[in-house]
Amino acid sequence: MTPLLTCKQFLEELSDYLDENADPEVRARLEKHISECPNCFVICDTTKKTIRVYKGMDPYPIPNDVESRLMAALEKKMAAKAH
Amino acid sequence: MTVASQQPDVSDEAALVSQAREGDAKAFATLVRRYEAKIFRLAQHVTQNREDAEDVLQETFLKAYEHLDQFQGNSKFYTWLVRIAVNQALMKLRKRKTDRSVSLDDTIDTGEDTVAREIASWDENPEQRYSREEMNQILTAAIESLAPPYRTVFVLRDVDELSTEETAEALDLSIPAVKSRLLRARLQLRDKLTRYFKRKGDDAFAYL
Ligand SMILES: [Zn+2]
Repeated sequence: MTPLLTCKQFLEELSDYLDENADPEVRARLEKHISECPNCFVICDTTKKTIRVYKGMDPYPIPNDVESRLMAALEKKMAAKAH
Repeated sequence: MTVASQQPDVSDEAALVSQAREGDAKAFATLVRRYEAKIFRLAQHVTQNREDAEDVLQETFLKAYEHLDQFQGNSKFYTWLVRIAVNQALMKLRKRKTDRSVSLDDTIDTGEDTVAREIASWDENPEQRYSREEMNQILTAAIESLAPPYRTVFVLRDVDELSTEETAEALDLSIPAVKSRLLRARLQLRDKLTRYFKRKGDDAFAYL
């Protein structure tokens, strides 16, 4: 029998677990822990949602004035390099 | 996962880079347009200042153009750009806080911060409670409250969706360092967002 994980050990493995990088043996122990520990169940679920809301974050477009200043700076640079 | 389909075509990218290297301005402009929004967002997250972020954006692409011959085809062009952008952004931060140096290793603590403070269930779809604009404000403010080493790793991994290996390469960090910063960033953000997203009347688990 493998010993039960502590909550601290569970949290240390949480990222790999959520990224599906934990190996199967560790994964099974983590799943056993959340099935028995309501706090870690909530932390796991809300961390998963945290990652999800950020992945859905708007990739706000670059403001037009910022882009035109960037392109102007590049053109100047390219012209300088051409001479 | 949809990640693979969002990645730009790498072979097309290698061609663009070599055309740009030979002086094809149009090819370089295509690369700039492909990544400018992401680099600007990253620069804003790291510098937390719009004016500095715009400087970082310009300096990144000017430097990239200047040093294009130093780009080795064995990493992605974007990873190489991120490396330049992060260095430029950190220089800005250092200039602003002349009294103390800032680096990616700043304020890394020992793991005590993995302790979760707020434990409460969230709504199934917490984003539905807020408008898009409110959501963006909440999410951005939460990222900005993280220390720079956590913030940068989190933005690259979970917002830009770079792999652990790409993030390590872009930031010149080891893979374990990326992983431990990402974990701490995620847990800190989870704590902060719980305030906004917890199910109403579900404080039973909350403790200090
Ligand atoms: Zn637990």
